[in-house]
Amino acid sequence: MISLVLLQVENLRTYFVILRGEVKAVDGAAFKLNKGQSLGLAGESGCGKTTAALSILKLLPSNARIKEGKILFEGEDILKLKDEVFRKAYRWKKISLISQGAMNALNPVMNVGDQIAEAIMLHDDASRDDAHDRAGKLLDLVGVGKERLARYPHELSGGMKQRTVIAMALACNPDLIIADEPTTALDVITEAQVLGVIRELQKKLHLSMIIISHDLSMIAETCDGVAIMYAGKIVEQGDIVAVYKDTLHPYTQKLIGAFPSIIGEKTELLTIPGFPPDLLNPPSGCRFHPRCQYAMDICRKENPEMVKVKDKEHYVACHLVK
Amino acid sequence: MSEQPILVVKDLKKYFPVKLGFLKSIISDDFPKVRAIDGISFYVERGEVFGLAGESGCGKTTTGRCVIRLVEPTAGRIFFKGIDLMRLTEEELRYSRRKMQIIFQDPYESLNPRMSVYDILAEPLQLQNMARNPAEISKIICRVMEDIDLVPPEEFLYRFPHELSGGQRQRVATARAFVLSPDFIVADEPVSMLDASIRTEAVKLMLNMVEKTHCSFLFITHDIALTRYMCNRIAVMYLGKIVETGYTEDVVQKPAHPYTAALIMAVPVPDPTSKRTKIVISGELPSPVNPPKGCRFHTRCPYAQDRCRMEEPELVEVHKGHFVACFFPLA
Repeated sequence: MISLVLLQVENLRTYFVILRGEVKAVDGAAFKLNKGQSLGLAGESGCGKTTAALSILKLLPSNARIKEGKILFEGEDILKLKDEVFRKAYRWKKISLISQGAMNALNPVMNVGDQIAEAIMLHDDASRDDAHDRAGKLLDLVGVGKERLARYPHELSGGMKQRTVIAMALACNPDLIIADEPTTALDVITEAQVLGVIRELQKKLHLSMIIISHDLSMIAETCDGVAIMYAGKIVEQGDIVAVYKDTLHPYTQKLIGAFPSIIGEKTELLTIPGFPPDLLNPPSGCRFHPRCQYAMDICRKENPEMVKVKDKEHYVACHLVK
Repeated sequence: MSEQPILVVKDLKKYFPVKLGFLKSIISDDFPKVRAIDGISFYVERGEVFGLAGESGCGKTTTGRCVIRLVEPTAGRIFFKGIDLMRLTEEELRYSRRKMQIIFQDPYESLNPRMSVYDILAEPLQLQNMARNPAEISKIICRVMEDIDLVPPEEFLYRFPHELSGGQRQRVATARAFVLSPDFIVADEPVSMLDASIRTEAVKLMLNMVEKTHCSFLFITHDIALTRYMCNRIAVMYLGKIVETGYTEDVVQKPAHPYTAALIMAVPVPDPTSKRTKIVISGELPSPVNPPKGCRFHTRCPYAQDRCRMEEPELVEVHKGHFVACFFPLA
């Protein structure tokens, strides 16, 4: 099956300018996403995963600069588009966001129906009645129910709020949804319910998704592919089974091993010594070398290139893999 | 063990009154109450890590605070080393607290931003008159910081919380609990704010401290997968009640209560090839103001029968040391 590439990010560098210099939040990240697939973007906090997502949506704070790179969406470099064009033609219509801390992303003084309808009216030129009608259908779709259109956010539980935010992201039939930590603040049972909704919608609507999370167990159960990010770079990427089963990068190995599993034998939990690096002055060579148990001389000097592993959809950037 | 448990809790209850409007409050004589904890009993052995697991809103944090009387329980008895804490005066309680400490949930909010690490760690020692002079305070602080792997201590002593990373703050919060060399610590979701890679390190550190100091832990968490690594025994709470308790491996491998089973089934596994069947229970946690009659879980339980709607099940032993409050426990 030939799958169409929906989004391709090439050598993206997004830096934040602060008084002490430039924080290299995303420093040469590259990944691609096929139509109808879901990609997990995983890594510790501060590794640049949210910044990468906001770069795609062009929603970066004012002190951020995209220094280099291309973001090709259906073949078109969206970084070259004017903000106005991007806002009208792409944002929310083609690419939408389920933001981090979605529980607090809702406006507390507006009922949820109006909030969803607002997005529809703004981007789709729909009438008020049509917009409300569609908002109701969306709420039905995510399992909140259209009878809750007139409710205010404080009247909904955490899981319901999260579903409402998902409904809002679906409002203009986007091709790509970026979900930034969609279940972080939820309890396990609510999390399982919300993930169920996400998986179901993805199948039904043939959505493409990027799910950003530090929770590798959640990604294992939701995504088709995964990209592991460390200090602004992608260190390993590929098909979900390949990455989890034939893990090659030492960082990915440790990260997966750090998760306690509820099933099977109780195994020793792995820890990663040290702390994530300071992105103002990232380490030379491979950025993981100060914390890597296999670090060699070359790791300190040269940054490893991303190489393809055998003939599988599996890429890794590590000097150990040749 | 012949030794008596360090902490015994009997039929603990905590109701929070619901605020009513002025008019309603004069005409009604029955005030609605949030039944945060509704009659729970458990014990913690010496040197044991006892886990309290459950969803948010099940009363686990309130339980943690009640057992050291940070929140005044409505009813019930708490025995700490055989002493009934409920009968102690403020003065006596303060003396007892020397031996029982708490680590709060959020290391970002539980450290005073205007106090240096030294001040934060010295305060408990000063309040409890545990050290005669500043030199002694410094000595104790440095020893604890070394234990907790904040080394070299001099580098951290005069920093303020905002100059520390999340993992380091968590260590300061842990160190603060350990400076008084307590016998019992309530750890309220101490690692839930940390990333996975830092979390395992923090967990291992705590386990080392338990081993070294023989301190007992009441470990409160929503992450039941983590209890396998931390806890010897656990209790699962639902809506203010303990529904199942036993040795962690027994409970996790062979859950007898449908709620525990659902909770375990909902936990994601870091393995994309795992073929677990997921039956996710639907619905939401009922209101603790008007908890369902009978078994509190019957509204969401896939196996609920008539009896569950009428009668409230008691904890019964299904296996040695494994108790469950369900009329129809899973095999």
